Amino acid sequence: MKQENNTLFLDGAVTKVTVPALFAEQKNLDLNSITSIDGKNITELDSAGVAFIDGVLLQAKLTSSALVHLTSDHREQYHTFSSLALDAAPHVQSVPVFQQIGEGVLQWVSSLQDALYLTADIAFWSVVGLFNHKGQRKGAVEQQSLLIGVNAVGIVGLLSLVLGLILALQSAAQLRQFGANIYVADLIAISMVREMGPIITAILLAGRSGSAIASEIASMKVSEEIDALKMMAINPIRYIVVPKFHAITICMPLLVTLSNLVGILGGLIIGITYLDLSPTAFLNEVLNVLVLRDIVISLAKSEIFAWAIVIIGSYFGFHVKGGAEGVGRATTNSVVASIFAIILVDAIFSLVFYF
Amino acid sequence: MEKKPIIRVRNMVAKYGENTILQDINADFYPQQVTVILGSSGCGKTTLLKNILRLYQPESGSIEMFGVETMGMEETAFEALLGRMGMLFQNGALLNSLPVYDNIAIPLEQHTCLPPEIIRRIIEVKLNLVNLSHAINMLPSELSGGMRKRAALARAIALDPEILFCDEPSSGLDPLTSAAMDNLILKLKNQLKMSIVIVTHELASIHRIADRIIFLDQGKAVFSGTLQEAMNCNIPAVLTFFEVGKF
Repeated sequence: MKQENNTLFLDGAVTKVTVPALFAEQKNLDLNSITSIDGKNITELDSAGVAFIDGVLLQAKLTSSALVHLTSDHREQYHTFSSLALDAAPHVQSVPVFQQIGEGVLQWVSSLQDALYLTADIAFWSVVGLFNHKGQRKGAVEQQSLLIGVNAVGIVGLLSLVLGLILALQSAAQLRQFGANIYVADLIAISMVREMGPIITAILLAGRSGSAIASEIASMKVSEEIDALKMMAINPIRYIVVPKFHAITICMPLLVTLSNLVGILGGLIIGITYLDLSPTAFLNEVLNVLVLRDIVISLAKSEIFAWAIVIIGSYFGFHVKGGAEGVGRATTNSVVASIFAIILVDAIFSLVFYF
Repeated sequence: MEKKPIIRVRNMVAKYGENTILQDINADFYPQQVTVILGSSGCGKTTLLKNILRLYQPESGSIEMFGVETMGMEETAFEALLGRMGMLFQNGALLNSLPVYDNIAIPLEQHTCLPPEIIRRIIEVKLNLVNLSHAINMLPSELSGGMRKRAALARAIALDPEILFCDEPSSGLDPLTSAAMDNLILKLKNQLKMSIVIVTHELASIHRIADRIIFLDQGKAVFSGTLQEAMNCNIPAVLTFFEVGKF
């Protein structure tokens, strides 16, 4: 490329391979003085080359008529790929900060509204579904109970046992100093039943089942399966969500009970092996310290956690946007939101019943 | 004198597990021509395309592209060849998480050192060619099936490939859009000297664009020649296809 008088001469290949170098070279030229571009010696031209020529023409404030001596083939190619005749493509306007905040708040309110509608729908169809199984797949509740409940027994049991062991071991070292060994039973029983049992089970289920619910529904939405269900006059909430809701309602208290028992068993193991307590003394202390109210609150809390997991998973599943990435985002968001909701509900329970 | 083939397939066998899909395929694809791969559903047309492009691994045989044997070729060497080819998939295969602009920018950003303003200009032009300028900032999920296919074509031609492969480019399109797509393919062939390989069933489209036909029947290439020769041949499967397709 060279500039002589008021003409810019292009030669050789003007293609995607040579354009980066030409682009750098053109910055050293006085484009304002150019009145024409001579393309006689261009041997090869492609769309990147045309885009480069268009850029030079625009900077020199020239039109395509200033491009001269192109071969007929190159002239035809130039017309095919020239962007000079195109309308400027719409650029994304930057949005002012306050508008962004306002839109964010409105979006949050709208999301909350959607979540409440979904909750109402799920609650309604779950009650209806107890008496009328129409619109649900046969055996869906059993299948979901297996996935959500039975398959989680191992991991819930193992984690609760380890948690019970750790809690007992950490507290035993302190209680031993005051000769209050037996109180390790009180500590384990109360902490497992009131807090650790329900919350550890709920967090596990949020990660295991909440993410599965969100990703399943989101994938179905993306692949138009939800639309297909609607077209078959099948309510997607009734067909997909209600069986999960019923299954988790049944399984969650059972899993929490398992977690409480196994956690206490962990405490018992430490009591026997480390604190020289007898099993009878340990269990008597556990039964003495636990009241029915604690157990009822523990189970009630676990039901609320379970419902939150299903509702939040479903909400993010049904509101997925985009494709594969959207499914991933919905899954992550559902787990984060479920854990947040679990801790919030737990705090509310603690304030209401134990403050 | 007939030009040297740009793609030359010899004795290619392709299998899915134990099932043989393509048997002993011999086919030549010539430069600056539109070659249409024809055949009934399930005869292995898309499989042939994907085996040529190494998206599936052929069982045996030889595939030459640009005069180079690609069977057993190193992955990096084949990637360099892929830069000279574009593919329009049957359902577009746009990345759903990216807007149309970013989808088309992928090959330009990954395979060239072009400055961003040149890339933007190329994308605008390619979208204008497929009549989709208004969709530049839209997500694929916001596009109709036909629009998605056109956006995918814009991505396939982003690098001005020497060979363009199209898997059923006009399926699911209305007749007007389909004709416009055919015109664009002819323009790409005539103006940019592209070689184009198309898998299609659409007879109207075949009559508009085909220079050569390769007809597959039950996994075998039973015919290879010009459109005129195909219509006058005495191979029952080919004749039936054109006869039934008239109605």
